[in-house]
Amino acid sequence: MNSTARRSSARRAIATLSIAAIAALGLAACSSSGGTNSSSSKVGVALIVKTTTNPYFVAMEDAAKAAAKKDGVSLTLAAGKKDGDATTQIQAIEDSISRGDKGILITPTDNTVNSAIAKARKAGLYVIALDTAPDPANAVDITFATDNRAAGVAIGKWAAAQLDGKKAVIGLVDLFSNQVASVDYDRDQGFLAGMGIPLNDANKNGDEAPSGKYTGGKGGDYVIAGNQPSNGDEADGRTAMETELSKNPNINVVYAINEPAAFGAYEALKAAGKEKSTILVAIDGGCTGVKEVSQGIIGATSQQYPSQMAQLGMEAIVKLAKTGKKPTTSAGLDFFNTGSKLITDKPVDGLPSITSAAGTQTCWGN
Amino acid sequence: MDSKGTQLTIAEDTRPGSTLPFTQPVLQAKRLVKTYGKVVGLDGVDLELFQGEVLAVIGDNGAGKSTLIKCLTGAEVPDTGELWLNGRRVQFRRPQDAKHFGIETVYQGLAVSPALDIASNLYLGREIRRRGFAGTVLRMMDTKLMRANAKRELDRLGISTLQDVTVAIENLSGGQRQAVAVARAAAFGSKVVILDEPTAALGVRESGQVLDLIRRLRDEGIPVILVSHNMPQVFEVADRIHIQRLGKRAAVITPTSHSMTDAVAIMTGASSG
Amino acid sequence: MSPKSPQSSPATGASPASGTVDLATEFLDRSTPLGRVRNLLHRYPALSPGIVLIVSLIVFGIVSPRFFFANNLSLITQQVAVVGTLAIAQTLVILTAGIDLSVGAIMVLSSLVIAQTASQNHVPAVLALVLGLLVGLAAGALNGVLVTRLKLPPFIVTLGTLNVFLALSLLYSNSASVIGQDIPALITNTGNTFSVGGIGITYGVVIMLVLYIVMAFIMTQTPWGRHVYAVGDDKESARLAGISVNRVLLSVYVAAGAILAIGAWIQIGRADAASPNAGTDLNLDSITAVVIGGTSLFGGRGTIWGSLLGALIVGVFRNGLALAGLDVLYQTLAVGVLIIVAVSLDQWIRKARN
Repeated sequence: MNSTARRSSARRAIATLSIAAIAALGLAACSSSGGTNSSSSKVGVALIVKTTTNPYFVAMEDAAKAAAKKDGVSLTLAAGKKDGDATTQIQAIEDSISRGDKGILITPTDNTVNSAIAKARKAGLYVIALDTAPDPANAVDITFATDNRAAGVAIGKWAAAQLDGKKAVIGLVDLFSNQVASVDYDRDQGFLAGMGIPLNDANKNGDEAPSGKYTGGKGGDYVIAGNQPSNGDEADGRTAMETELSKNPNINVVYAINEPAAFGAYEALKAAGKEKSTILVAIDGGCTGVKEVSQGIIGATSQQYPSQMAQLGMEAIVKLAKTGKKPTTSAGLDFFNTGSKLITDKPVDGLPSITSAAGTQTCWGN
Repeated sequence: MDSKGTQLTIAEDTRPGSTLPFTQPVLQAKRLVKTYGKVVGLDGVDLELFQGEVLAVIGDNGAGKSTLIKCLTGAEVPDTGELWLNGRRVQFRRPQDAKHFGIETVYQGLAVSPALDIASNLYLGREIRRRGFAGTVLRMMDTKLMRANAKRELDRLGISTLQDVTVAIENLSGGQRQAVAVARAAAFGSKVVILDEPTAALGVRESGQVLDLIRRLRDEGIPVILVSHNMPQVFEVADRIHIQRLGKRAAVITPTSHSMTDAVAIMTGASSG
Repeated sequence: MSPKSPQSSPATGASPASGTVDLATEFLDRSTPLGRVRNLLHRYPALSPGIVLIVSLIVFGIVSPRFFFANNLSLITQQVAVVGTLAIAQTLVILTAGIDLSVGAIMVLSSLVIAQTASQNHVPAVLALVLGLLVGLAAGALNGVLVTRLKLPPFIVTLGTLNVFLALSLLYSNSASVIGQDIPALITNTGNTFSVGGIGITYGVVIMLVLYIVMAFIMTQTPWGRHVYAVGDDKESARLAGISVNRVLLSVYVAAGAILAIGAWIQIGRADAASPNAGTDLNLDSITAVVIGGTSLFGGRGTIWGSLLGALIVGVFRNGLALAGLDVLYQTLAVGVLIIVAVSLDQWIRKARN
């Protein structure tokens, strides 16, 4: 082969290598300037969320960053590559110990991260769970979360009142079918409890009687069309709703685990021409979801406050590092309740709620 | 030309080395038929190979040369027909079977592993294991012995350009690769060595080396079947020439009895030999 | 006779027609310093990942003073143990010019069988491990049979079995994970440490290293190892050389299954749990380790040890960047760059013959 061709391929390879070298060194350099300096007196905190593809967790990260700036905390962010990625969370916890952080804020994926959390606590780190309590709850020092069951009860009560005594045919668009998560059953079972439907195991989805009487609002007959997983995702939410509609086309009440899933369900209902006659409720209170409430797509949603969780969590760790004072749980709960509010433009007597206009002021995401 | 007309009897004078006593063929194929769907590859081909000769197989493209070779070496299984080796009926269902009987082949396309070194290629598929515990229980190869043997084999065949048997095949020239493939066949081909177009990709000088190798094998008493397009080379090295045409054997000639022009005429059907 | 490899035709055309051919000057282009480097890398495929590892250790050691703390070094080995083990299985398959997308799924299925039979069914720990091994072998055999008998491309086969094994895992486990305290100590022991010169080493890491030693021995010293290379290098050549290609391929997938089952044991100790969600990305992570370790995706080229280096490089990058306080996303970015660099390097090295 002629030498020019050889030389150019060699040049290309050298170019690739040097770009890589520069990139690697660049990463290292900006890390040393912008990142943690463990030898300084700054308090180190790691925020480990489930995934950064969800604006809910991005809102947490943004609030944590703001709080870190204010309190002079050196904050390291980490996240699973996708929902359910415990391996990355475990590594992030271990890295945080190695880095000498004072505390960890984590939205634990599942209980397989427990032993890593235990290691961190043993090494003297204060671990706060955000959004989701681990199983068991005492695996962490404290949890800052929405009372998901209360949030579910609120939308359940609202839906029952809207029915005004009519027969309820309920479609449940849950989170998972392949794993058990407390947020999943707390919201689903909370919603059913709010409707006044007798639960069987309050920590298990889908085991209640498929038909019977609900007592919420004016009361009446109910049929549960089925439970389908949405993974909290719009596309999967639509599929879930389509499946349920083909099982029972008379569905007139739909609960969705969150607003993206609710919007997916709405699209399925619209395709079936049932979007007007169906009561659709969700939980989250993201800005997109609140807007959907104002547009009448979603009837009511329970707004939760991820920014609060991150901000309060950061403050708690800083306070602990400076004064040694630990945060305490809310009365009657085994976690610190960051609260939730019902958002609807069709308020029901005796059920506290705010309008979608008010909800826009406090929503998260864009 | 009808099919009967192709069934030539082997005349006494077409056998090589008339000093040799008349013996049975080392390798004999009888009425081999091989079809691929509707395409007839071989249409009742006979072939005889005698001790100590170089038998060339020539023919136009599509005449069935490669199919014939594959049927002789177990790379393909003929639909009907018989194979006889030293008077015994044999059947080859895969390349290992033919190897087992001492028939070694250098296929068109080399059949060497580029990333492996020369010694590994020579012993590929029949690695020598160490003696004792290391060999029987740990199944360790005796790399040192295989390298030494490979070196000796290359020296024996006069392949002087390959001094380092630990060089990977991909570092070799086309001629050197060919030499390795031929050396492998020569090292293990105790009965028959078959070469399919061994000089097609080679320069003049390298072709000469391969032809030398073929002669050396014959001189050691190993009969060689050589498939080639190259008429001058065939006439230079072959003792007899099997001419394949339209899936059948058209004729068997010798370089002395016929000219190259005659051979081409038979190949193309202009003459029936 | 047309040579198989495209590089050889120019070589043939350029071969000199005079005197005895000197291999050294003609084919091992030593004329330029760069050419010499390339030849060296070509001859020793583990060299370039080795250099990358050493350089990255030095850089991260400078950037973060905590990097060389005993605890942190111990941590890196622990974080690498599972991927490193899966990378062995992946290396075997990739050496045959295949790819195994189901490694993570097989490991998860096997880990769930081990954990569940030991915890729920009260099977003795040793027997539970044997059951896990059998599951790994069976899963590997299924891949092997589909690849060799149905002649399907390994990518498609393992894409299918990836889903099959994941679904089986979820069905079998009811989507629930088994936590460490419910599992007998023998099984979770792989996560326990002992100290070597102040650095805590887990038994899982030791098992991984033993597997590397055994497999490296098999690949370089036994006929089977050589046949695996030959099959990956050129299937038809291997067949014509008398190697039973299908038998070799089948045995590779079965061996991979056995290694994955051992990986499952290490994973249970590492996570102190068996979870159906544990292995979702391990297929890509193991391929990453193998590729960065210098093994060619086209088969026939590479070493077992290279994959350990590859896994360590990824582990060191992730840990080093995390210690420096960088977001996980930058770690992912860095690994992506590493992969592209590794593959470009492989291409460049292989062009050495032009």
